[in-house]
Amino acid sequence: MKEIYVDNNATTRVDDAVFAEMRPYFCELYGNPSSMHFFGGQVQKKVDEARKRVAALLGASPDEIIFTACGTESDNAAIRSAIEVFPERKHIITSRVEHPAVLTLCRNLAKRGYRVTELNVDGAGQLDLQELKAAVDEDTAIVSLMYANNETGVVFPIEEIGAIVKEKGALFHTDAVQAVGKIPLNMAASSIDMLSLSGHKLHAPKGIGALYLRKGVPFRPFLVGGHQEKNRRAGTENTASIIALGKACELAGTFMDDENCRVKALRDRLEKELTARIPHARINGGGAERLPNTLSLAFEFVEGEAILLLLSEKGICASSGSACTSGSLEPSHVLRAMGVPFTCAHGSIRFSLSRYNTDAEIDLIIRELPPVIKRLREMSPFGREFLAASN
Amino acid sequence: MWDYTDKVKEHFLNPRNVGAIDDADAVGEVGSLACGDALKLYLKLDPNKERIVDAKFQTFGCASAIASSSALTEMVKGKTLEEALHISNQEIAEFLGGLPEEKMHCSVMGQEALEAAIAKYRGEEAPAHDHDHEHAVMEGEVVCKCFGLTDVFLKKVIAANKLTTAEQVTHFTKAGGGCGGCIPRIKELIAEVMGAEPQVAPKRPEKLTNLRKMQLIQETLEKEIRPLLWADGGDLELIDIDGGKVQVAFRKACAGCASSGFTVRTVEQKLRELVSADITVEEVEG
Repeated sequence: MKEIYVDNNATTRVDDAVFAEMRPYFCELYGNPSSMHFFGGQVQKKVDEARKRVAALLGASPDEIIFTACGTESDNAAIRSAIEVFPERKHIITSRVEHPAVLTLCRNLAKRGYRVTELNVDGAGQLDLQELKAAVDEDTAIVSLMYANNETGVVFPIEEIGAIVKEKGALFHTDAVQAVGKIPLNMAASSIDMLSLSGHKLHAPKGIGALYLRKGVPFRPFLVGGHQEKNRRAGTENTASIIALGKACELAGTFMDDENCRVKALRDRLEKELTARIPHARINGGGAERLPNTLSLAFEFVEGEAILLLLSEKGICASSGSACTSGSLEPSHVLRAMGVPFTCAHGSIRFSLSRYNTDAEIDLIIRELPPVIKRLREMSPFGREFLAASN
Repeated sequence: MWDYTDKVKEHFLNPRNVGAIDDADAVGEVGSLACGDALKLYLKLDPNKERIVDAKFQTFGCASAIASSSALTEMVKGKTLEEALHISNQEIAEFLGGLPEEKMHCSVMGQEALEAAIAKYRGEEAPAHDHDHEHAVMEGEVVCKCFGLTDVFLKKVIAANKLTTAEQVTHFTKAGGGCGGCIPRIKELIAEVMGAEPQVAPKRPEKLTNLRKMQLIQETLEKEIRPLLWADGGDLELIDIDGGKVQVAFRKACAGCASSGFTVRTVEQKLRELVSADITVEEVEG
């Protein structure tokens, strides 16, 4: 069965050109960039090139890029650094809808005596900037807020947030794992101090990430033990993946318009057709600015895992905003924070597209999903009168 | 992705007996939209009101909830009410070739719905563990506020499934799977149940299903045999169970010890005594 992959916020296909670029650095050009000989030196040059390519996508300077193993490491490095460079500041601000990489760390720090403010979001998934303004003070070490939400695609007003944070001298970190490659960025004109990105969300392999660190922002390394990355991240460089990330960032720049036009049009058509064909479906974050590739839909009276497995039978690979898949029994913390009612929080499905998706694939999802929802609703003990009335 | 058995997948993709029975004799409802799964079970009895002649279900939930409901309706048909009441959640899981432990709560939900339906038919009060938030007459103190589960219900499931950790209780009942605030209380309940009952049944159960036999072998190894070995600085690991054949590997002081032949026999003797007479134990390298 040919897969129809619409789970690109989970991970993406490695681009053929990216793979071709990294391939020689396993068996042929396997030198250590730190070596004195030519064999390592030629790898160092490719790593430098990759750093320039990542910096170019972000509108940053190459020495502001630190390669890490993943988005989670970048998030951990940023927040742990901030509390070390500001030992007298004991307050951290984040939001209720962050990725667990940020949220779990902040909650662990709360147990160690930090005051942690988790900002609320409204029904559309947006922050109340007044709440942020009231929360940030001279005790705040770092404000960590995501650029775009992985489940709903909702985009936070990052520059407005940055301006508020800077008033009180706190550091501003953003987890931009879902935004990089989809939203044009220009660090040179930004108030962001640190930004996390992940390779496998933009067609590079898994296991490579980067942290943007603004020049002049104090930093304490998370990993120590070697001089790599200018003493900011010890450990032998993952050369092949770094080179892959560089290529992927270059391609992301090239495909940014495609992402925002063609992919967005596919998403919009999927959204319009599904909500027209399926009664009692709502768009999570529908009232907010969203990533061009993400659609989170809530279907009342059905459960997400059952929808996903029936879609999987048709070759359609999507993801659930709900619980069962992740092992937690609560519906997604993001949807709960948005106040999505229980009647549909359990039945939320996320479609996340990429440049590889086609019109024909979207047609197939539009054809296959409505009968799946209908079938599960017919099986459900809930909403029978409600649905009968609307049919 | 969950590692569902082919039988679970088959019952999920082609569920038997979906729907309602308009003139049902007994209807049992458990769960709610908030909980993330719910089951409404309909039973139709023969004219003498003794045997179940038809069963149907409506389920809101994940694949294993739908498969468990389908299995339950197949299992109860043809049984008397008394026989049906003896169906345990383990038997529902076993009918499906087993469920991932995280999904055992689906089998518990099936058993609950069956009890609720029969109790209602007999005019009894709704069972204590009926955790439908809106209608339940609940007995005992609510322990898990997220899913509305009482101590009486949790202790029953802990005892019936011989659960020993809070994580297992979450997998079997969902209690503690929301905010997690009740996990300390769940641990107390486990201690209460374990204190009240001997950890291994003193006599062998009469009829052992394969699943129960494997569970009992594991429990006996954990609670009766390994502690004896620890006393001598040794340990053993269960490698495999195939019918009555149990393979173990010895660790630490026991591994390679000349007297381990004696130890294999001791393990076998103990398992025959406490689980089943047809068990053979052999030592393998693991």
